[in-house]
Amino acid sequence: MNKFMTAADMVAQLKSGMTIGVGGWGPRRKPMALIREIVRSDLKDLTVVAYGGADIGMLCAAGKVKKAVYGFVSLDAIPVEPYFRKSRQAGAVEVCEVDEGNLLIGLRAAGQRLPFLPTRVGLGTDVMKYNPDFKTVTSPYADGEVFLAMPALNLDVALVHADRGDKLGNTQTEGPDTYFDDVFARAAEKTFVSCEEVYDRLDHSHPEGAKNNLFERYLVAGIIHAPFGAHPSSYPARYGWDMDHFKKYAASAGEENGWANYVSEFIAGGEEAYLEKVGGAERVSRLKPPVF
Amino acid sequence: MTQAKEFSLAELMAVATSEAWRGNGEVLASGITPIPRIGASLAKMTHSPELLMTDSEAYLVEDPIPLGPRGDYVPKFSGSLNFSRVFDVVWRGKRHAMIGPVQIDRWGQSNLSMIGPDFHKPKVQQLGVRGLPGNSINHINSYFAPNHTSRLFVEGEVDMVGGVGYNPARRAPGTKQDFVDLRLIVTNLCVMDFGGREHAIRVTSLHPGVTFEEVQAATGFPLLRVDNLGDTPGPTEEQLAIIRHLDPHNIRASILKDNPPGIRPAQ
Repeated sequence: MNKFMTAADMVAQLKSGMTIGVGGWGPRRKPMALIREIVRSDLKDLTVVAYGGADIGMLCAAGKVKKAVYGFVSLDAIPVEPYFRKSRQAGAVEVCEVDEGNLLIGLRAAGQRLPFLPTRVGLGTDVMKYNPDFKTVTSPYADGEVFLAMPALNLDVALVHADRGDKLGNTQTEGPDTYFDDVFARAAEKTFVSCEEVYDRLDHSHPEGAKNNLFERYLVAGIIHAPFGAHPSSYPARYGWDMDHFKKYAASAGEENGWANYVSEFIAGGEEAYLEKVGGAERVSRLKPPVF
Repeated sequence: MTQAKEFSLAELMAVATSEAWRGNGEVLASGITPIPRIGASLAKMTHSPELLMTDSEAYLVEDPIPLGPRGDYVPKFSGSLNFSRVFDVVWRGKRHAMIGPVQIDRWGQSNLSMIGPDFHKPKVQQLGVRGLPGNSINHINSYFAPNHTSRLFVEGEVDMVGGVGYNPARRAPGTKQDFVDLRLIVTNLCVMDFGGREHAIRVTSLHPGVTFEEVQAATGFPLLRVDNLGDTPGPTEEQLAIIRHLDPHNIRASILKDNPPGIRPAQ
């Protein structure tokens, strides 16, 4: 069993029209190397499910997104993701906008192979109005309360970024918060994990990190070696987000041919060229985590 | 306790926001953006030490962390409160958040999502509903409004209802909204609550030098006023000292346009 592959191998397993979940949170630990590989591909009509950041933004800019499913799309210090804003204001993408918790509940339903899970979250708001397919369910017990039956968010594929992975598909993810990467993996038919480091056997090389294993390897279809693969988002255990780069990226959204120029400058040349363009491994590894 | 003679409007508002968390018990105090965060921290360091707070990222702290670059200050963590656990706290109802929406209506419904008549093609895309639906139907919430205008406090309903309020027309049969609990609205002009009939919004104090008529003119719907409407109290010297400790880089001075004084000079 050998689950090592390249990002191009991963893209070869994707199809236009698929539903893709992306781990991380806003500008934090997004599998950006994998997102860039999708930008380089001819995939289209994707449904993207995420606690959104530049993943949804770049895929919107590249015309890959049919529908975005999200609670927010933000770069934190740049509150509204610039290319997402542009796409929305042009009416260019379908959306399913829900509470952050609705996303979690819908992904959990998918992971448990249930059609829905009940919740109060979303009731009384326009989440119900703008998601006309959402239905309610009445408690069968004495309380008789009416809930939102949050539909399962079934994913064809989940993409997440981790510290390290091995040939068998075992992964380890460090840092103070692992967000909902495990929930995305469980909701998906296949999960592809980009990793800062890869090893033959994590049980041999990093057994002390076993508690940082978020999900079982049967969920993992591919391990892709992608050093600094979260850039320009942060990897809180390793490097901060690159606000200078995000500012440049955000500015490009307001310029003529801004996206085309961004692609040709940073994305078109592949990942090795990308890392050099953004200042090299040394610069990225010195990016400081944000302080609030 | 000595009342301070000179203070900024931002400092007065920080003290006003801190009152939102008084007597809430052991709940997570989430003050979003600098002034509410200073207010929540001030509450914990003065009248309500039982509050829970975080480092704004992933850990619980018992000593509120000063804002901005920390120098030699090293936070001491008392527990974990990563994003996943935040949902557990929210759905259990053990939180009081104060946020600044882009629109608020007379029913206390709030919007962080988008501006414009067409949701599918917004005039201005904002953040998205974020956690508003879940927060508003599960735990205590208050609002912060650094720029009190009728564009914020809109005439009709907000353009996209993200946060649940007290609009009976929005309550579907059989659903439970018993946990909706809106407390204070702290603006750059006044403090308001939901203490009127059927939770109508009332002005409970005016910042020194502001008139009720001025507040009403900057609001898109009719406001009530409490009897004996008085001034919002300014900080004490003790509170000011804590505010300076909590905000050593004076970030609070950059929140309101021109950083006005707390007592408006006579025109």
